[in-house]
Amino acid sequence: MMLRFYKLFLLTGLLCLGNLSAADEVLDAGVVVPKIVPSEEPVSEKTKAHQVIGQLAGVKLKQVWPILKEIEKMLGAEGLPLFQAIIESRLYYQRVDKKIVIIRKQNNGMYRLFDPVSLEEIGEKKKSSLKKVRSNNRIRKNLRVTISRLRLLSPDVEVRKVSIHNMLGNLDHDTIRLLEKISLDEQHQSVLELIDLALALYYFQNSDQQIVRLSALELMSSSLEPLVRNLINDVLKTDSAGRYIEQDSRVVRKALSIKKAIDAKVRFYEILEKIFFGLSLGSVLLLAAIGLAITFGVMGVINMTHGEMIMLGAYTTYVIQLVLPNYIEYSVLIAIPAAFLVSGLVGIIIQRSVIRFLHGRPLETLLATFGISLILQQTVRSIFSPLNRQVESPQWLSGSMEFNAVFSITYNRLYILIFALIVFFVLQLILKKTSLGLHVRAVSQNRDMAKSMGIRTEWVDALTFGLGSGIAGIAGVALSQLTNVGPNLGQAYIIDSFMVVVFGGVGNLWGTLVGGFTLGLSNKFLEPLTGAVLANILVLVFIILFIQKRPRGLFPQKGRAAE
Amino acid sequence: MMGIKSSVGKVIVTLGVCSLALSVPAAETIKVGVLHSLSGTMAISETTLKDTVLMMVEEQNKKGGILGKKLEAVVVDPASNWPLFAEKTRELITQKKVDVIFGCWTSVSRKSVLPVIEELNGLMFYPVQYEGEESSKNVFYTGAAPNQQAIPAVDYLMNDMDVKRWVLAGTDYVYPRTTNKILEAYLLAKGVSKNDIMINYTPFGHSDWQSIVSDIKKFGDTGKKTAVVSTINGDANVPFYKELGNQGVSAEDIPVVAFSVGEEELSGIDTKPLVGHLAAWNYFQSVDNSQNDQFIKAWKGFIKDDKRVTNDPMEATYIGFNMWVKAVEKAGSTDVDKVEQALIGIETPNLTGGMAKMHENHHLSKPVLIGEIQDDGQFEIVWETDGLVVGDAWSNFLPGSKDLIANWTSPIKCGNYNTKTKKCSGQNY
Repeated sequence: MMLRFYKLFLLTGLLCLGNLSAADEVLDAGVVVPKIVPSEEPVSEKTKAHQVIGQLAGVKLKQVWPILKEIEKMLGAEGLPLFQAIIESRLYYQRVDKKIVIIRKQNNGMYRLFDPVSLEEIGEKKKSSLKKVRSNNRIRKNLRVTISRLRLLSPDVEVRKVSIHNMLGNLDHDTIRLLEKISLDEQHQSVLELIDLALALYYFQNSDQQIVRLSALELMSSSLEPLVRNLINDVLKTDSAGRYIEQDSRVVRKALSIKKAIDAKVRFYEILEKIFFGLSLGSVLLLAAIGLAITFGVMGVINMTHGEMIMLGAYTTYVIQLVLPNYIEYSVLIAIPAAFLVSGLVGIIIQRSVIRFLHGRPLETLLATFGISLILQQTVRSIFSPLNRQVESPQWLSGSMEFNAVFSITYNRLYILIFALIVFFVLQLILKKTSLGLHVRAVSQNRDMAKSMGIRTEWVDALTFGLGSGIAGIAGVALSQLTNVGPNLGQAYIIDSFMVVVFGGVGNLWGTLVGGFTLGLSNKFLEPLTGAVLANILVLVFIILFIQKRPRGLFPQKGRAAE
Repeated sequence: MMGIKSSVGKVIVTLGVCSLALSVPAAETIKVGVLHSLSGTMAISETTLKDTVLMMVEEQNKKGGILGKKLEAVVVDPASNWPLFAEKTRELITQKKVDVIFGCWTSVSRKSVLPVIEELNGLMFYPVQYEGEESSKNVFYTGAAPNQQAIPAVDYLMNDMDVKRWVLAGTDYVYPRTTNKILEAYLLAKGVSKNDIMINYTPFGHSDWQSIVSDIKKFGDTGKKTAVVSTINGDANVPFYKELGNQGVSAEDIPVVAFSVGEEELSGIDTKPLVGHLAAWNYFQSVDNSQNDQFIKAWKGFIKDDKRVTNDPMEATYIGFNMWVKAVEKAGSTDVDKVEQALIGIETPNLTGGMAKMHENHHLSKPVLIGEIQDDGQFEIVWETDGLVVGDAWSNFLPGSKDLIANWTSPIKCGNYNTKTKKCSGQNY
């Protein structure tokens, strides 16, 4: 309600400034276009436009932008496909006749060609017969503003919002008049708020009437946009003597109070962001370490192949993407059970062939598993290649969710966090509610007693090892989305996994959870202060000191057998 | 016939024995050492250089070798393990008896090799852009010094893109640290305020870029055009660019100029999030001239893969190898001291349409090119220097090295000669 009131005020200010001019060149489509040439000569208009477009073929970078501006003037919204094609690197010209075309890549290496204005299909050619129309960052940036201007009346709400957002930094007189015209018909609340913001930004900077500027500031006060914050900072600039450059003291006072409120909000969101980063790092550590918590905790086996189990899971994702190149969107979901099986099986094989003979000899187990990890690494190097493999991220894992201008969450990290918690709880369920879990817990607490109760400890060992390795495989699938997939992937996570398990308490899954998240959060809160390298060092030192005081970790195992 | 043959045979045996006595390796082949990581975090960049040397050895052998002898490549894998580089250098020179080494990528690997190669008086061609502040008698630097890459790139950003705020992001080792020192001094000298410079280091292989990218976003949100000058090396680049894409930082908002990302690093990854970002090199595969076309064709044929790419360190290896061949022919022997003197002044064509010349500070003259990453992993050249820039081993922007020059010809014969005090201070590693 208040916002609408202030907005009316602004419009009044507008009227007072006498800015409404009668000669409105805006067509029904809401796009600024020069006066239409009478229909006696429509042909030459079209050919003129095509001539201008044709100039784009092979011209130097410096001359591209003026040509594009010409095209906007001549074609208006009809030029949108051409502009969009430049941004997507899909505007080419034929080497032979310099005709400009929009291309679409085919699987067979050929390109389908379309007319840049009418979009009708012209034909199909090889890539070598075409050359790309040159562009660079600056051209693309300017084009986005142009496209936004032409898209202000799209039927899609999101498109309208994005367009207005893109123009906030480039508000000029014509744009403002356009926005005002649109706002009279706009129904959507969020779009209206954005238009209000744009108007407020413009009028604050271009009016010298106090009441207009104060109401503009009020309108902007709830926005966390960087543009608004920079504007407020500019208002509060002081000269070398410490006096405010801004003359109007009421404006200064208002700006100060807005700045305080904004700064508090920004700080709050920054802490929220740090917490999310810490939780996401913690979830990665949790996923990597939880398998180890089972093998190390339950069986007391120092398993140096754990990192390679993670690596195998990541490679499984790669293989699935190789085998099913058209199903990238589902590849990650298919990879989860596949990686579990692959790593689990390899784990069971290792356990049955090597580890069960070294029962009760931790040093030999460590050496043997270290050797096996080297064998696994070299096997992968020989089968695939020593270089990293490319694992693609499905569409639904890319990008981020924006809550406001200062706080956004990337999807891949969010899903991995949720996934880690799901895995954790499923594991707890398995251990608490299934007979396998019962046997596992019994064997870990008192092996001899469990044997005399009829539990087949040999198979429980194998299955436990398989379970732990399988979980590591699933961690590998998650990691394939975050980091490079190479034969050395395991080496990067084995140390961290042991750290988490030892810190959290051997044999206790809750310990791993709390340990992982604590380490993740501490690392992420330290990192902005000390840098990434020092943060890792400090966290390590902290763990060492902690272990001195509590050698059994955060949540040690209870029970006489554990002694 | 028999008599001549047996006397020729006796002569050969005598010569062979004498050569052994004089401890000059009288091998029937000339051995060329290849010291590049074929595994580990730098394998993504270095493996292709090993293959380049193999290709050049094969081509030279087709021309009949050098001085009538065939070339033999001796390949070792120091596995991105810096101390192992030093060990392998010793092995190559003392056991395998190579006459020249083409090797190293990271500056830390080169610094590990330096004491060994100077002690054993070996010869190494170093093909990668680096931080300068060094000129060894036994090393020839065919990659860019900071004044042939970093400084022109910063000039381009400042003048052509109006960048006002700078993020210097690097991997934590000597090359990024020194380059950033030089760049910071240069920026401050150009009037950039300290508040407008943000410097950040990460370990090799760093994969969690969330907070750093978020900080870069915040640093760039103040309304002044911001750019990132990246000396991030190895496969840490992949999650870095991915995170930039995921957090919505586009090249149009905050462009990243990288010094260690080329066609090879791009060939193994999804380039969608990188389109529009920049790199500064002295060569791009997309340079259009006949010399380059020939080289690319030969490379694709040798490696039997049409999708393989060429990059700047490969061009530097190409130049270095050709210069070495010319110098050996000029000196008439592979003796390191003779070849090293013969190399100075040698000219050979580069792949960008000009000539590369080896100067007395063991650096080349090179053009500087800035390219924008395209979605096919190639670069679109958006700017280049008008002529060639002579490599300066000792940066003019650091107080400690302003007065130093390197000159390995008489009478100076010193890698860090102070022009003010007229003293040669010897090499510090």
